[in-house]
Amino acid sequence: MERHEYDVVVIGAGGAGLRAAIEARQQGKRTAIICKSLFGKAHTVMAEGGAAAAMGNVNSDDNWMVHFRDTMRGGKFLNNWRMAELHAKEAPDRVWELEAWGALFDRTKDGKISQRNFGGHEYPRLAHVGDRTGLEMIRTLQQRVVALQQEDFEVHGDYEAYIKVFAECTVTRLLKDGDAISGAFAYWRETGKFIVFDAPAVVLATGGIGKSFVVTSNSWEYTGDGHALALLAGANLINMEFIQFHPTGMVWPPSVRGILVTESVRGDGGVLTNSEGRRFMFDYIPDVFKDKYATTEEEGDRWYTDQANNRRPPELLPRDEVARAINAEVKAGRGSPQGGVFLDVSSRLPAAEIIKRLPSMHHQFKELADVDITAEPMQVGPTCHYVMGGVEVDADTGAASVPGLFAAGEVSGGMHGSNRLGGNSLSDLLVFGRRAGAGAAAYVDSLGAKRPQVTGVEEAHAEALAPLERQGGENPYEVHHELQRTMNDLVGIIRKENEVAEALQVVEKLKERATNTTAPGGKIYNPGWHLAIDLRNMLLVSECVAKAALLRQESRGGHTRDDYPAMEPEWRRKLLVCSAKPDGSDVQVVEKTQVSMRGDLITLFDRAELSKYLTEDELAEYDAAAKELS
Amino acid sequence: MSYKGKFRVWRGEGGEGRLEDFTVEVNEGEVVLDVIHRLQATQAPDLAVRWNCKAGKCGSCSMEINGKPRLGCMTRMSTFTEDETITVTPMRTFPVIKDLVTDVSYNYQKAREIPSFTPPKDVKPGEYRMQQIDVERSQEFRKCIECFMCNNVCHVIRDHEENKTHFAGPRFLMRIAELDMHPYDVADRKDSAQEDHGLGYCNITKCCTEVCPEHIKITDNALIPMKERVVDRKYDPLVWLGNKIFRR
Repeated sequence: MERHEYDVVVIGAGGAGLRAAIEARQQGKRTAIICKSLFGKAHTVMAEGGAAAAMGNVNSDDNWMVHFRDTMRGGKFLNNWRMAELHAKEAPDRVWELEAWGALFDRTKDGKISQRNFGGHEYPRLAHVGDRTGLEMIRTLQQRVVALQQEDFEVHGDYEAYIKVFAECTVTRLLKDGDAISGAFAYWRETGKFIVFDAPAVVLATGGIGKSFVVTSNSWEYTGDGHALALLAGANLINMEFIQFHPTGMVWPPSVRGILVTESVRGDGGVLTNSEGRRFMFDYIPDVFKDKYATTEEEGDRWYTDQANNRRPPELLPRDEVARAINAEVKAGRGSPQGGVFLDVSSRLPAAEIIKRLPSMHHQFKELADVDITAEPMQVGPTCHYVMGGVEVDADTGAASVPGLFAAGEVSGGMHGSNRLGGNSLSDLLVFGRRAGAGAAAYVDSLGAKRPQVTGVEEAHAEALAPLERQGGENPYEVHHELQRTMNDLVGIIRKENEVAEALQVVEKLKERATNTTAPGGKIYNPGWHLAIDLRNMLLVSECVAKAALLRQESRGGHTRDDYPAMEPEWRRKLLVCSAKPDGSDVQVVEKTQVSMRGDLITLFDRAELSKYLTEDELAEYDAAAKELS
Repeated sequence: MSYKGKFRVWRGEGGEGRLEDFTVEVNEGEVVLDVIHRLQATQAPDLAVRWNCKAGKCGSCSMEINGKPRLGCMTRMSTFTEDETITVTPMRTFPVIKDLVTDVSYNYQKAREIPSFTPPKDVKPGEYRMQQIDVERSQEFRKCIECFMCNNVCHVIRDHEENKTHFAGPRFLMRIAELDMHPYDVADRKDSAQEDHGLGYCNITKCCTEVCPEHIKITDNALIPMKERVVDRKYDPLVWLGNKIFRR
């Protein structure tokens, strides 16, 4: 069996994985990057809006404290505040660093990086390149990896001496030595041959879980691999009940249902209307945001040109609010012909301006839906977009509870609390990708000459091979389809106790059926086989989502309970932590208390604002902190 | 609104293969990749195809549809008639791994041969100042989603395997132009574009521009200006004289 020895193995080659790998290599570690697709195709390319970083290029009042506050508000204060703090502080440096690696962001008049408005951000904050920012980021990081390989070639005569990409390679198990990570087991998609990585540190950067839902903006890779690998290796997942349904996915034609329509459409002036032509978002401004958003269309419209004297239009509320509002309008029978609502930019900006600011949206609708967005409104509706939950990690190093295991980006949990702000994902990838890479490098250093031994290869091998060897079992595509329908219908944007409980029963049965799937054909590039393997991960993650969703009896951010519609301060301090046995059985969800925010951070907020979120006990802590600092 | 479509798909691996006929359901609003996926789910579970985003942003599902290089996700079924047989084959310039999946490693090798972005040493991160008009030229080329269809269609390597060693293909010649036009890049790329990466082989037939799903004007905006820059240098009488004197 093919075998490789590395210091650090990074699983995933999106923004977080590449940034982690770059860091590990820059710290002198021999680093492997493993990715399911070709190098440079990761889901990060789909990110459109931008990377949020308080550089203050467009509005000099912006700084990390404002960004921190916005992030906490967006996450309904459930965020890991230390992560939100590090993120807000370090994002500008991470963006500037990209520029030094060749990224070409759009510019301000004075030649700095331009920043755009986005939902939930108080000031224009998103560094962007038109509406293809994710592509720019992935290409820049990819080219940085190549630059490092060229440096290594100069010194060692081998491009891959210190950093090597294993493309179209899928990890099915993390390997351990006792409690600690010792490597990873994978297969090549191209040949179906197996491969063992011998490494003391593994960084998970596998992204999200959207492929457990029918309507999703996520690509086939988003099968929750990292979430499941971590669980099976003994790490915990937190916040799995919080899933972001992006308010504006395409609803037509059916084949592209779920594909994203960037929030920049609204940031640049696009408005949401129902079948009666009403800008309905004005009817859905929640109390906690009442004084931050315009109450009339006139004020909202003035904001685009005069942000100092007007409040922003409610189309730019955080994503969870907008998604729920659209859902409610459609349910009330005021939807568009194809089951969404209208998003119109054609009546708001000149055609040339739309094409300049939103080129890939224009292109996407023209090519995929035969709709000219400069001339007519789009039809949009909510789509499963992002999971806030993920591996429980140490904020500073990205370390999970299992020694040697690290996680960054969407697969990690905590940073975004119950709801992520648009633009905070790309910056999250950079900030915590770097930190996880550094954390892994420091961990390897701390081990000295003592390297853990690889065990469990035979079991991993048998598990991966099983779907090919079974005869006459079920078609994995059917199990997958049923899982997607179940999660979408029963654990989707609005949840009820009996429905989630029903979903859990279905998942339980699907888990059994998945162990009896057969993949006809050989080992060479066999998608049926690959899916049969991925099913284990999707089912495990779905079980966590449903179990956590059943327990949390309140509505907050990306978790809306029809039977518990209010947000409860008591629940704000509770994190739901998932764990499982190494064979994926016995998924447990337990409550854990969120650590109180540091005094200098909590006092960045007004007491009046906090009183909407915190319990009386916590407000007493606030008063004590405020007194101490005064 | 659905009908039974006729598909003819290349199946095979290890240098051997054949076109296989399928009759498959096609629904309103679908693209070719949807139909390929339906084939996978219902008739050929091991049919190999690359894809990721399904929205024309990642450049994974490059294939040849009725002989033309296209992204499967951006080719609407409504552009064909219902009785038309649609032939789907892998990209021809790269070796087939299996079915519609090809070995595109040539492209990654070429990417690695081009010297990276080289900024001046004294500019620190955060100090970059560039005007929009100056970054727009390179930004056009950075729209590239690396579907490699330009390299696939380029006759220099499509018809001449032997050129692969010394010709980077439109994708990476464009990358050289992108860096050369980057306001902060200080590397000299003109000689190597011609001598190491084969810019001279391009005889501006514009096939690459025609197939680009991002509508990048590869030939007009990247390759021709780059050729002009090379020519300015190579045939500049002062440079020629300088070289003569220097050599002495």
